[in-house]
Amino acid sequence: MSEHSTYTPGSGIEKWLDERLPIIRFSKEHLMDFPTPKNLNYFWTFGAILVMCLGIQIVTGIILAMHYTPNIGMAFDSVEHIRRDVNGGRMLQSFHAVGASMFFAAIYIHIFRGMYFGSYKAPREILWILGVLIFVLMMATAFMGYVLPWGQMSGWAATVITNIFAAIPFIGTPLLELLRGGFSVGNPTLNRFFSLHYLLPFVIAAVVALHIWALHVPGNNNPIGVDVKDSRDTLPFHPYYTMKDAFGMVVFLIPFAWFAFFAPDILGHPDNYIQFNSQVTPAHIVPEWYFLPFYAILRAIDFSLLFIDSKLLGVIFFGGSIVILFFLPWLDTSKVRSGNFRPMFKWFYLLFVINFIALTYLGAQPADGIYVVLSKICTAYYFIHFIVVLPLLSRIEKPRPLPTSISESVLSKSHA
Amino acid sequence: MNFKTAFAALALLAGLAAPGMAQDHSTPHIEKESWSFAGIFGTYDQNQLQRGFQVFREVCSSCHGARLVSFRNLAEEGGPAFSDEQVKALAAEYEIADASADGGVRKGVAADRWPSPFATEQDARDANGGALPPDFSVLAKARGITDAFPFWIFNYFTGYSEGGPDYIHALLNGYHEEVPETAPHNADGTPFQLPEGKYYNDYFPGHAIGMAPPLSDEQIAYEVAEGETEVPMTLEQYSHDVAAYMMWMAEPHLAGRKQTGFVVLLFLVGFAALMYMTKRRIWQGIEH
Repeated sequence: MSEHSTYTPGSGIEKWLDERLPIIRFSKEHLMDFPTPKNLNYFWTFGAILVMCLGIQIVTGIILAMHYTPNIGMAFDSVEHIRRDVNGGRMLQSFHAVGASMFFAAIYIHIFRGMYFGSYKAPREILWILGVLIFVLMMATAFMGYVLPWGQMSGWAATVITNIFAAIPFIGTPLLELLRGGFSVGNPTLNRFFSLHYLLPFVIAAVVALHIWALHVPGNNNPIGVDVKDSRDTLPFHPYYTMKDAFGMVVFLIPFAWFAFFAPDILGHPDNYIQFNSQVTPAHIVPEWYFLPFYAILRAIDFSLLFIDSKLLGVIFFGGSIVILFFLPWLDTSKVRSGNFRPMFKWFYLLFVINFIALTYLGAQPADGIYVVLSKICTAYYFIHFIVVLPLLSRIEKPRPLPTSISESVLSKSHA
Repeated sequence: MNFKTAFAALALLAGLAAPGMAQDHSTPHIEKESWSFAGIFGTYDQNQLQRGFQVFREVCSSCHGARLVSFRNLAEEGGPAFSDEQVKALAAEYEIADASADGGVRKGVAADRWPSPFATEQDARDANGGALPPDFSVLAKARGITDAFPFWIFNYFTGYSEGGPDYIHALLNGYHEEVPETAPHNADGTPFQLPEGKYYNDYFPGHAIGMAPPLSDEQIAYEVAEGETEVPMTLEQYSHDVAAYMMWMAEPHLAGRKQTGFVVLLFLVGFAALMYMTKRRIWQGIEH
């Protein structure tokens, strides 16, 4: 990307460094001069917000790990010890716990932004796939982190989720025992989850680096989805987007701080203040809110199909609901990226969003009566949207005419 | 309908609703009480905490422990805030099991945790007809109440975090001497049968609670300092006081947390405004 470079080493040391490790040149090209479409809206600040979220989780998490004890007899009390006795511990703990929710809120916005503006389409398929991979890693990390306080919901979530793997034919039971480190959820489970919970964020950070690399090859998509034509369409990343992103981050911190300081427990479940007891099952085992849509899909499948029993089928749908995201770039073959120019797509997209929220709601409801029927309908639409609606729309939809360039679109908007 | 408006409305609704969807619906309706520690300006009422401590010490603590609370916490600002001397004297009244002390026990000091009334879980069950009196340390946060849709949405804006004390207050006032007519019928239509040694409570899940009604009017004598108004010695008052005290045990740094939060939020709002103006200045004259 050296064609964007305006960097000339200013001093002898910089010149010496530039010939050996051009890190200053790299930073200048990618963090400052990088040409960015001038028409990005505030939905595009969520990338930077997510990097901030990852940073907050890693920093607070490392400090929490200094005071936390991964032992089933002491874990619960050690979290309370952090809240009660560690200097600033109650804030670290609530930033970390609330931070997980905020991280997911931000990533959902980021994913749905990408879905609406077609940010997964060529040449950004790898960028999208890496993003889905980050999402999957985040889910694994968040799940294992939720187990660490060793409350009732922690232990039962560990039990229910590891049980999912037992449905896999042949390797299910050995896999279950490997995950748990035994026949039931216990001290080995807690220890390996703690170890992995510390490891995975750094794997996420590495994939984020690849994600940004993959972004910087084709450059940003933008709200009209038309490729950058020339330099009139772009602005240097710094100061324009560093400033806009920084503003977005500060605004995002306002609800973050609201929850962390004024209602740190409102996003969690009271049962997690009861120490895990494998002999007492909570009335409702509910995952954290960000897992609810997928949990609803898992539970919606209560029927068998041919030789596949309902448990395995549920797991197939549950896994499929995430795996299908990897294939999105090839399911939606419409050449037009932005939903703004796709008169039919935008309504189906809205329906998909409503359906996703409905799944979230249903995931928290008891699995009986009308909720089961609704879960099945919503699960069906989730898959139909990807497998039927998107491929079909690409064929029958007549997109509105696209502006010839970003700068033309920007000018017509401001003179309208 | 304009697409943008529809989407904005939807996004707003989703943002508000999603986190609350994790609530369950098992407990009956419980009234929200008025608490001094509710809301963004809420702090504990020191007098109420001291009364609640009295109720806890004289009644609850004979069966319920509070293993995460230290005597020294009772002297902390924002809590009952007894004087250091009072706390030292109080701790010294208790015998602490200590394997490194002569004879295995010693007098308590301020740094000790609140001693549990039973040595083991089995001892506790044996003494209580098989039921385990739960530890009080975080119990006020381990209980909650549920609001019907859409009312819980507002909780995210009011920061409602008093579900535990509301439940505890309701539970203490929810006893019946006889099984009432409102009791739910069994699945097969037969009337509700109270098991031997259990008590009927409107709000306890399953209604059959092992704990006898612990509090009654005039049970605990509140002292009135000169020049202060008398506090009613009623079940209603006791249950409020002890629920507030239990909330303090579960969340001893609530006041400090909110105080910091207030400064942080004010700073963030002000900082965001400055950032916005800077951003506008930088983007000035650029069509985008």
